[in-house]
Amino acid sequence: MTPTPTPSPGRTAVARPTGTRFTRVLGAAVILGMAWLVLFGLFLSPNDEKQKAGVRILYIHVPTAWLAYLAFIVTGISSAAYLVKRTRSLTWDRIAGASAEIGVLFMGITLVTGSLWGRISWGIFWTWDSRLTTTAFLFVTYIGYLAVRNLGGTHQQRARRSAIIALLAVLEVPLVHFSVKWWRPLHQQESVAEGKLSGLMLFSLFVGLIAFTLLYVWLLLHRQRVLAMEDALDDQGLDVALAERRAEGAQV
Amino acid sequence: MFAVMSTSDQTPYVIASYVITLGGIGLYVWRLLARARKIAPQVREEDRPWT
Amino acid sequence: MSTWRIARLIAAKDLRIELRSRVVTNQVLPFAALVMVMFAFALDNDAVLTRVAPGLVWLATMFSMLVLVQRTFAVESADGALDALQVAGVRPGGIFLGKSLALAVELAVLEVVLLIAAVVLYQADVAGSGVVLLVATFVAATTGLAFVGTLYGGLAAGAKGRETLLPLLMLPVVAPVLIGATRATEAAFGTNGATSSEGWPWVGLLVLFAALFGLGGTLAFGSLIDE
Repeated sequence: MTPTPTPSPGRTAVARPTGTRFTRVLGAAVILGMAWLVLFGLFLSPNDEKQKAGVRILYIHVPTAWLAYLAFIVTGISSAAYLVKRTRSLTWDRIAGASAEIGVLFMGITLVTGSLWGRISWGIFWTWDSRLTTTAFLFVTYIGYLAVRNLGGTHQQRARRSAIIALLAVLEVPLVHFSVKWWRPLHQQESVAEGKLSGLMLFSLFVGLIAFTLLYVWLLLHRQRVLAMEDALDDQGLDVALAERRAEGAQV
Repeated sequence: MFAVMSTSDQTPYVIASYVITLGGIGLYVWRLLARARKIAPQVREEDRPWT
Repeated sequence: MSTWRIARLIAAKDLRIELRSRVVTNQVLPFAALVMVMFAFALDNDAVLTRVAPGLVWLATMFSMLVLVQRTFAVESADGALDALQVAGVRPGGIFLGKSLALAVELAVLEVVLLIAAVVLYQADVAGSGVVLLVATFVAATTGLAFVGTLYGGLAAGAKGRETLLPLLMLPVVAPVLIGATRATEAAFGTNGATSSEGWPWVGLLVLFAALFGLGGTLAFGSLIDE
């Protein structure tokens, strides 16, 4: 005798849908960190000798780039964790998906800010050097990954498909990196451009790094929980439909 | 060759970077939390183990 | 039944279907030739065309390949053949290798036609010494493309509304092939002063690419076509 599913909770709002005490504290830290970033990035730190005001963009551009790479690595590891039978759990799949989405967001910011920085430091919005091209490739690839996640089917099918696509993406990255690097080696001038930051400028960069890392964790927790709720809703809907079907059969 | 633009010309780009970044993140966060608020009432308590 | 035997049977089936339906010869090849003509309209400069001919050949290959890949899986979905094969317990690795083989043959025909078109339309020049390099490039690149096409084609084939996903997924992945094959072909043609010796490292990359996706595809194909 299958238990009837508990009726859907009422439509009264839930106080903290995806928040916990930890995320509240974390969220406060994020807001603080971002405020510091703006304070130091835009006001308290000096202009660079060579790049002048352009260096301020780097306090966003560099951290978001690193965090995007981290996010994609997390996606790769979570995908592998899902595929391994012993650790298989849809939570890994949801972490992979959430992390990829945040990675795409951050990488988009990286590309836009990088482009603006290039415009004011080099006069050009874009150039086909190995780093930029690989970044653009990663961006498009993970957009494709997110599209694959929305193909439908059961949660397990989604998880397996996406995990494979994610691991194939990991496989491609070195291939793309090397082919682009051989194609367009990094010009000498560009490496001089970034130069060395020191003092308040280096500090601002650290502030940016910490602020965006905290933001990544906060976003990951919330996004992953929303995905969990959406999956639960799918399952609930299925349970309800099954129950109704059985009820129909019982009436006949 | 370097710093094609004068500092005063650079300012709009710098500001735009911060606005686009914080604005973009803010938008994403807003939509994420709004989605959470919308579906949480429909989800059973045991499916929200973090609370 | 061994994986190789399965692969050969499936490849033979696919090629037999093509011989009878002539979709590739009647539709895809003309499309590819048309693309080459349109490049000439767009670029409108004989010297430029000759210089970029290698790139255009591979670019036209990539675009035509999208149609080829969709075709190779359309023949399966018509009667649910792919599902039937899986239910019958045919090892997916074998299906993957078989379809890749057939796709490689079709791609090879396509590329030869495009090469001829480049020589004729763009006055591309093949240096005698470059022929070995050229053949090696084509074999290595075609193999890699066939593996990638079959793998992602299998994924994009499934339910309706997925076909549009194929370009988004596949084109970024084949970027190394586009870069590598073009550079190697330029070296074979002697375009822009490139010598044959410069082309061989690129062939190495193409071989690595093919090997990785051949292996990865054989392992992953079953999971991707599972509905």
